Amino acid sequence: MSMKELGVVGRNVGQRDLESHARGQTTYYEDVHYPRMLHLKMHRSAEPHANIVRVDTSAAEASPGVVCVLTHEDLPGKKVWNGLAAVGVGPEDEPILAFDKVRWRGEPIVAVIGESAEAARAGAAKVEVEYDPLPGVFDVEEAMSGEAPALTAHWPNNHYIYPDDHAAAQIRFGDVEQGFAEADHIVEDKYQTSPIEQAPMETNGCIAKPGGDGRITVHTNTQAVHFARDNTAAILGLAPGKLRFLGGTVGGGFGGKVDVAVEPISVLAAMRTGRPVKFKYTREEEMQVSSTRSAWRLFIKDGVMNDGRIVARKITSYQDSGAYLRFSSYGSMKHAGHMPGPYTIPNVWVDARVVFTNRPPSSAMRGFGVMAASFAIELQMDKVAKTIGMDPWQLRLLNAYRNGDMRAHRKVNEDAAMVETIQAAARLAGHDLPADYQAMTSWDRKAS
Amino acid sequence: MAKVRGTGFAAVNYPTGMHLGGDPTQSLIHMTPAGDFVVTMASVDLGQGLRTVLAQIAAETLGVPYESIVVETADTDTGPHCTGTFASRTTHRAGNAVVMAAQEARKAMLEVAGELLEASPEDLETDGDGNIHIKGVAERSVSVGEVAGAAHFGYGKTIAGRGAYLKPPSPMDPETGECDPDSTQAHACTIVEVEVDTETGMVEVLDMKSVYEVGQQVNPDLVKGQIVGGSWMGIGHALYETTAPGYPAIDPAPVDFQNYLQPGASEMPEVTCEVLEYPAESGPYGGKGVGEMVTNGPIPAIVNAINNALDVRITQIPVTPEVILRALDEKRAQAGG
Repeated sequence: MSMKELGVVGRNVGQRDLESHARGQTTYYEDVHYPRMLHLKMHRSAEPHANIVRVDTSAAEASPGVVCVLTHEDLPGKKVWNGLAAVGVGPEDEPILAFDKVRWRGEPIVAVIGESAEAARAGAAKVEVEYDPLPGVFDVEEAMSGEAPALTAHWPNNHYIYPDDHAAAQIRFGDVEQGFAEADHIVEDKYQTSPIEQAPMETNGCIAKPGGDGRITVHTNTQAVHFARDNTAAILGLAPGKLRFLGGTVGGGFGGKVDVAVEPISVLAAMRTGRPVKFKYTREEEMQVSSTRSAWRLFIKDGVMNDGRIVARKITSYQDSGAYLRFSSYGSMKHAGHMPGPYTIPNVWVDARVVFTNRPPSSAMRGFGVMAASFAIELQMDKVAKTIGMDPWQLRLLNAYRNGDMRAHRKVNEDAAMVETIQAAARLAGHDLPADYQAMTSWDRKAS
Repeated sequence: MAKVRGTGFAAVNYPTGMHLGGDPTQSLIHMTPAGDFVVTMASVDLGQGLRTVLAQIAAETLGVPYESIVVETADTDTGPHCTGTFASRTTHRAGNAVVMAAQEARKAMLEVAGELLEASPEDLETDGDGNIHIKGVAERSVSVGEVAGAAHFGYGKTIAGRGAYLKPPSPMDPETGECDPDSTQAHACTIVEVEVDTETGMVEVLDMKSVYEVGQQVNPDLVKGQIVGGSWMGIGHALYETTAPGYPAIDPAPVDFQNYLQPGASEMPEVTCEVLEYPAESGPYGGKGVGEMVTNGPIPAIVNAINNALDVRITQIPVTPEVILRALDEKRAQAGG
């Protein structure tokens, strides 16, 4: 493959805003200041699963410096939503502000807007919510056992339902059972990852500023300005042209700033008060309220021949979505589509399930769906190597996909250089490979 | 009790762009009266250097100096649609949109230059330093600034371009999973050496070496920045980080960096990386995405190295001292029984 001679592409020209970042001169959303700006704080559920018996906001409304209190009754448009509803994902399941029930500890119930962050916080602390606690479920396999309480009416047995009434994002390629029957060895294991915080230096936040022209400008650190604007308009039932979303440089995203978590309620508060409103997550909210990376549990079963060829791989995955869907159905599809990793295996079976629990909702993070897949597959590869007594480098090279191979999702592999990457890494590690393994190439399966 | 060492590695692939496609990014480029160019995007810079990379791609395609490119981002009033900055998609999606917009703007620029030089636009070339001349006749030349002045004040023309990149959506077949999920795949292989204290369960990552295959690099330093940052993040995921240490229980629940542990500077090993360049057919100048994949090699490589060091089988993250000590207890119990 030859590329035309390049000029500035491929050159280290230096990051343009590096010096400005390092000197603290970069403008972030919070560097915007407006006179008479209000602050929003959320009263959140203290229970992981409960019916809401009564919400009393009178003490909050009377609290010094509180300007406005918003409950679900104040929402002019949607009561529940999902960010991907516009592309057909549904049903929408997540309340903007909880009404009849709470399904995770930290769920927003009442927004309190005050003259200062302290006044808003003090007011939010005075909201009284009476709960009727319900049994909760926290483990993905327990949630699907048939004996757990159902979190919502949408998802009987607490799992997402894919098109054609499928309980999982599926891959069906070849015949894994036949592969297992023909295999010399069966290698199985279970893998578990943890919920992890994106941990950006700058927490989620925005400032909504009403203009004199009836429009509202939202300074936000979202990773997706049009997506956030269009979802905010849809939630509030506004013409999108009423909103201008303005970003800039974001202080770290890693998937943690795609939820449209702060903008809709801030815009509503700005509309109600006619004043600029700022809503900034505390570090505590960022850690325990904002979406984490999903925790995943995977079961992998491989059929392996004595010579190292993996002839069948069966994977069952559980993505812990927490209480609501957010982008989890996308994550499990990406997870399933990634299987069986960078290897060509003739028989592949995948069920990737999105499971609902009374845990904080999870969502995107750097490598959505794929990180857990790579983690489990690469630990599995070491176990396979050990089981059959083969060099783990050779095992990976032997099975690595070549260009022209049919992948499990039935796309022909192209411009992939996995073999060359492993060979170069072996050289870097000082690991000697036999001549036939050194001669392998991604462009010819027979070369060795 | 002792400190024992082990090595491990992992090979990973990673898709470029949103899974199943359908994630557009558009770009508008216009020339100012002074002869520089403004690239207007709705994409968001997360600190990774999006403005730098898109300026490089615009300069390359336009054939003008990199310094003459301004990249404006993240305004829904002025910026044409971008799905967002995630899914390792910006260099590829936004980069391709910028190439298209810059090709159109370049064509308009060469048409005006052709009028000034009394030559056909096809016979012109740019030198990348701000001049346009007739191919093979360097002295028959105009500056980009002169072209801008003539376009604005002489001919009343815009020198501008529009670009839109969309990988058409490819829904997954619900039964078989058949789909065309990505534009290309990038690859990496990471090798790690660890030292484990069998008394305390503490793990130190001594060394991390990686090879990446990310297509044509637009800016090698920024690629390395992703790789080093991802190495750090991978160590955090592998050894320390969780918002639910009692998972699946919701307590305890860390709320700050006192309780939510991440590696500090003293936990960072030397990170070595080598980058192979196999251009991707669909990428701008052959580029693939590198943003997200950079934790995916380090995490399993670290756990494989721990298992190698201790001859145990740990299959969960984070591998905290408690996990290590329990694995060693189990190994002792099995040896004794």
